[in-house]
Amino acid sequence: MNEVIIYTVGSLGALAIVAAVILYFVAQKFKVFEDPRIDDVEEALPSANCGGCGYAGCRAFAEAIVKSGTLEGFNCPVGGADIMTDVGKVMGLEAAIAEPQIAVVRCNGTVKNSPAKVKYDGISSCAAAATIFSGEGGCSFGCLGLGDCEESCDFDAIHVNPKTMIPEVTSNCVACNACVIACPKDIIELRNVGKKERRIFVSCVNEEKGAPAKKNCDVACIGCSKCFNVCPFDAIEMKNNRAYIDYEKCKLCRKCVVVCPTEAIHEINFPLKKLKTEVKKEIPKKEMETIKVDITANLETKTTERTKDEKPGESPKEKTIKETPSDNNDDKA
Amino acid sequence: MKTFKLGGVHPPENKLSAQAAIEKIAIPKQVSVPIGQHLGAPATAVVKKGDEVKVGQLLAKATGFISANIHSPVSGKVFKIDNVYDSSGYRKPSIIIKVEGDEWVDTIDRSPEIDGNIKLSAKEITDKINEMGVVGLGGATFPSFVKLMVPEGKKVDFLVINGVECEPYLTSDHRVMLERGEEMLIGVSILMKGLKTNKALIGVENNKPDAIEDLRKLAQKFKGIEIHPLKVQYPQGGEKQLIQALTGREVPSGKLPLEVGCVVNNVGTALAVYEAVQKNKPLFERVVTVTGKSVKKPSNFLTRIGTPVKELIEAAQGLPDDTGKIINGGPMMGKALISTDIPVVKGTSGILIMPEKESKRNDTSNCIRCAKCVQVCPMGLEPVLLSKTSKLEMFEKVENERVMDCIECGSCSYTCPANIPLLDYIRYGKNKVGQILRERSKK
Repeated sequence: MNEVIIYTVGSLGALAIVAAVILYFVAQKFKVFEDPRIDDVEEALPSANCGGCGYAGCRAFAEAIVKSGTLEGFNCPVGGADIMTDVGKVMGLEAAIAEPQIAVVRCNGTVKNSPAKVKYDGISSCAAAATIFSGEGGCSFGCLGLGDCEESCDFDAIHVNPKTMIPEVTSNCVACNACVIACPKDIIELRNVGKKERRIFVSCVNEEKGAPAKKNCDVACIGCSKCFNVCPFDAIEMKNNRAYIDYEKCKLCRKCVVVCPTEAIHEINFPLKKLKTEVKKEIPKKEMETIKVDITANLETKTTERTKDEKPGESPKEKTIKETPSDNNDDKA
Repeated sequence: MKTFKLGGVHPPENKLSAQAAIEKIAIPKQVSVPIGQHLGAPATAVVKKGDEVKVGQLLAKATGFISANIHSPVSGKVFKIDNVYDSSGYRKPSIIIKVEGDEWVDTIDRSPEIDGNIKLSAKEITDKINEMGVVGLGGATFPSFVKLMVPEGKKVDFLVINGVECEPYLTSDHRVMLERGEEMLIGVSILMKGLKTNKALIGVENNKPDAIEDLRKLAQKFKGIEIHPLKVQYPQGGEKQLIQALTGREVPSGKLPLEVGCVVNNVGTALAVYEAVQKNKPLFERVVTVTGKSVKKPSNFLTRIGTPVKELIEAAQGLPDDTGKIINGGPMMGKALISTDIPVVKGTSGILIMPEKESKRNDTSNCIRCAKCVQVCPMGLEPVLLSKTSKLEMFEKVENERVMDCIECGSCSYTCPANIPLLDYIRYGKNKVGQILRERSKK
């Protein structure tokens, strides 16, 4: 009886040893070298797999970093600076810290501002609705309010407000870019979170001329160029009948917010608004100048040159203004 | 009686305006003529603000190969060129003309005599049709001259003429066949000459017995034109369905009718071809049905392109109080308009005013896999699968399930017992797949 047990154990043991030896050599022969840093980098990443970095997931992102050997151009929007520093430690590199960003909804065509002229009763999808009509309020560029952005969000960070029918971004936003892609009207944009989370942006993407834009929506950007003229930092660009504030150049001085005749320029997280006239008075010239001096040091040569010439009025800016009205005249003719 | 083999539905016909003779409608005070009224690239405006134009004068020139000229429907002064809402639901560039009088370009033959003597050669016919901006008036607005340019090595066996008018409510083609039958048949002969074929088949559904009888009598004078009554079945007016009903041939997936030796044109197009070739008259007016259950006077109007829809509704004795939707086209394939200021374009076959009660969507319930949509699909697709995959954005699957074959006839949505808006989802998927295909072909 004992013999049976001994033979069985012995033969199986021998088989196991032979198999182990074969497996060992096969494993050696077909070994795929994988950089151990990939695992380490992946570990450091937040495992959200949101695709915000532009790669298929955290693993793909880690592979790309290790493969390229640098951190330049790589940024995990979810993790932000902390995570990228950790990744930098694993890689033994200095992480270039990107400014944290957040999604911004550039439309304020609420139920009140842009009242519905027609009623849509089709399927609840912005992408589908955008193929058949311009929008209930009549604006061809505005938010449809059917919530494709909300659906695309993995972080519970954007919700369509049922009262206004305009999506609102919460602080959960990690700037993964999903809603930007989902929006068929290109309304959502990623912008720098800004100092003290303060942001100024033009909350309108309308490219129509003033009259039709205003007809459809009370708070549309009418392309009047007032903000463009008032901006001391050359941060505002006029294109296709609308203003766009470059968040890299904007110094949050709020001058544009005050002059906008349609209240299309929004400010977020600023202390309570003072009355228009007060604000104008309360920014003393001296203070403005000091700010200017501070900034020119960091700005590109172009701007510095202009301050040297001391002709800020006759910059390329004015040229563009001259062009814009003549364009309009052509169109009218 | 002949009909197509696969699928199809038979909605209530409701041809309310079938007995209303074509009426000429008064020229409005102002027209807006969109420069993109056809399939393909929008035309380029050749007039500018302040220009005096006459009826039939060229307003916009075709841009590229698949495009069409646009001529002035009225005489007057160009008020401005601006964006105006059109039936797409978006603001599109249009030429707005303030009407003054009704002065026609001299080259147009305005005599009422019917001229059956075709003098032009095949090449000249194609050029003439191109010059006069004739497009398919069945609804797709495909530039007609392109259909006449048969590539070498291909032979056209049949010219198929679509007199089916399978959409409920619409009667404009019916009235054209009844009242302008002879001119229409000359148009058919011109198209036959242009295509170098000697056989034309006109398909008419047998709910129009008067038109069938009339055309049969008239067709005896013409060589090679046959009138075929067809069993009433929607969507028989789809070109692939019509070819199958009349010739038994099946157009392969993704191919043109030319593949099976057929070219399809609408009766309205045949009439426009007659006027363009024999009378030198550009396409600037068409017959539009204005109808609906609550409309006081369902009518067929001969109207200039660019006339606002509200003028037509006014002529049909006003907008009913219980209006829910105003639909451009028929109830199956038409699309609701967002304003009554939208102008009539070359592709407007009818304006259907639906009462509020009927226009509402019913509450949807869950799919019970009854496969009724699969049964009625005239293209042999699986609407339930297509709509589900489109909804889930599985566009690769949508493409593999031949979404591009969908003719958007709406039979699936019509028949669904759970009221699921199948076509809405399919259209969304088709749109996306179309984008993907275009991007792929660019690479």
